[in-house]
Amino acid sequence: MELTSHKFKSVSSQKLRDPKVQKALSQAKGKFVVSRAKAVKDLNNLEEIRQAAADVRNHCLANLDYYLEEWEKRATDSGTVVHWAESAEELNSIVANIAKENEVKKIIKSKSMIGEETGLNRFLEGHGIDVKETDLGEYIIQQAGEHPSHIIAPATHKSKDDIADLFAEKHGRQRLDDIEKLTHEAREILRPHFLDADMGITGANFMIAETGSTVIVTNEGNGRMTTTMPRVHVAISSIEKCLPTLDDFALIMRLLPRSATGQAISNYVSMTTGAKKLGDHDGPEQFHVIILDVGRSRVLGSELRDALRCIRCGACMNHCPVYQNIGGHSYGWVYPGPIGSVLTPAYKGIENAIDLPNAATFCNQCGVVCPVKIPLPDLMRKLREKQFERNLKSVSERWSLKIWAYCATRPRLYAIVTRILGRLGKILGGQKGYIRKIPLLDSEWTSHRDLPAPRGRTFRDIYSHKK
Amino acid sequence: MRVGLFVTCLVDAIRPNIGLSTVKLLEEAGCEVVYPKSQTCCGQPAYNSGDRKSSQALAKKLMTEFSDVDYIVIPSGSCAGMVKVHYEELFDESPDLKAKAQWLAARTYELTDFLETVLGVESFATPFRGSITYHDSCAGLRELGVKKQPRSLLQKIPDLEIVELPGAEECCGFGGTFSVKYGDISGRIVDLKCDDVESTEADALVLGDLGCMMNIEGRLRRRGNKTTKVLHVSEVLAGMISDDSE
Repeated sequence: MELTSHKFKSVSSQKLRDPKVQKALSQAKGKFVVSRAKAVKDLNNLEEIRQAAADVRNHCLANLDYYLEEWEKRATDSGTVVHWAESAEELNSIVANIAKENEVKKIIKSKSMIGEETGLNRFLEGHGIDVKETDLGEYIIQQAGEHPSHIIAPATHKSKDDIADLFAEKHGRQRLDDIEKLTHEAREILRPHFLDADMGITGANFMIAETGSTVIVTNEGNGRMTTTMPRVHVAISSIEKCLPTLDDFALIMRLLPRSATGQAISNYVSMTTGAKKLGDHDGPEQFHVIILDVGRSRVLGSELRDALRCIRCGACMNHCPVYQNIGGHSYGWVYPGPIGSVLTPAYKGIENAIDLPNAATFCNQCGVVCPVKIPLPDLMRKLREKQFERNLKSVSERWSLKIWAYCATRPRLYAIVTRILGRLGKILGGQKGYIRKIPLLDSEWTSHRDLPAPRGRTFRDIYSHKK
Repeated sequence: MRVGLFVTCLVDAIRPNIGLSTVKLLEEAGCEVVYPKSQTCCGQPAYNSGDRKSSQALAKKLMTEFSDVDYIVIPSGSCAGMVKVHYEELFDESPDLKAKAQWLAARTYELTDFLETVLGVESFATPFRGSITYHDSCAGLRELGVKKQPRSLLQKIPDLEIVELPGAEECCGFGGTFSVKYGDISGRIVDLKCDDVESTEADALVLGDLGCMMNIEGRLRRRGNKTTKVLHVSEVLAGMISDDSE
């Protein structure tokens, strides 16, 4: 997917002014936050489970080479063809080659963020292959020619009305305005594709080293049909999504659906171990798994490593005051919200996503809800430190920091400067005590707020005078 | 009990009444208040802007200024969080300074936490006629666990009525330099906070961080709300709500 994170400020401002997007976002916010809160109440030892989950993920990342090889061995033993892709291009061509070898004309896909990363659909379409997204949200986005705005609810920026208009236009049918009917229409249109597709592509939430399986956690049933109906199944995943054992997976599953959608368990948990075996009634004749690196192994050796624990539940963005108001597209790449503000610069280069780690209030709502305890604000702060070290901050920011730090480390000078600014501020505030516009400065503060003016004298001066 | 007062740079420059209220509260509870005059800022703006060196310099300065007190009390959850939670991490490479930071962290308290947990203040003399609603600022709440303390203290004020704020734990959109760098986003978040504040119909919004106060008060006034008072919890507890610092 093309990176547009450098447009963060302008896109986010535009989203704030788009009433349709705003309506859809505010509805989604209420739903996600309330359902998660209810769901985690079932767990009387949530904090212990979070810690255990974080420990499992840390252990796996610390021994990733070992578990990936274990997984590969067991997967190969059960008939899975394993491919490794260092780059996005490599992954795309592996898929295209498998398609070519098997004379694939139509592919059905269930949701995969890795596919978004590598721009897989467009690549395959370029090779003359018909690719159909089958997850309802992804289907909507594909029809609209857009990218997902959320990692588990790709069309969350769209309202029911947007979708009704879209379906009427793309399906050439009468406009429906009932959610159930719209879903039914999508199902009717998609069903034949499941039946005549030659290949199914899914993501993989996890790879279980103990069994050599891949797992997808879904709600709509399209995922299971994609893994079982076409004659070739290709799962795409990335190196950090490994888990040592089924028990570890069970532990993670206590948190993933609860954190994501507020469900105790998702409607489907599909585990794939090898292709169709002799005597099996159904299943694909071939099962390929392609495992992507692109940046992961580099991040593994960096101070941002904690971000690789992520299990892609989306809770951080659902609870983020910034995401809640601007939506996912503003972030300009595959992963939005707090986790995206770490992963995007980590994978695509710090200099290419300057705004993302800065556009956060550090309220730490994300850190509190993260099921695997990723210290997201700390990681964003580390990225800010890197920007500072590499001189990537704006000239005005660098200079204001410099001048401020110069004064703040010199108490006498500081006392004089604050005394002068205090007096000046009081004058500017006038009788009412509020500054509406700071002279000579086009401040983003005063474009939305008054600035409560200083009261005139500093605490230092008043207190010393009293003593 | 020698209690060091770190008044914070914002309170010093913008709203000294918060500092004076804090002094009054501590003295009335029998503390000897120590105010090192050379204090400036805890270093948080530099820390959160990625300027580690400046934040280390300011942290060292503050640690020296408060090296001979029993406690250090700060009328801000955000600055108290900086000292109590983050200072230690600034000195990972220097064991001596790290030990100093840990020593200080163990003695550092946000004001309401100190009044409630350490001093166990039982009553306040000055009544407050009217209703208030309380906003939980992020750092105090999520870094320091300040939630019950201010409410418990406020309930001890004669005549004061507390109305719970919907979404009280949600960020107001201040975020330090965030509010200046991403004005549109910050402005929207604080606007939603103002909706919640106004929905309570309380006479005053009370909170424990001046940064968030300026953000919410500034937005309320810009929206044309001239009546909802925005007060620091220390001002309400000390009965010093009319700003008489001049």
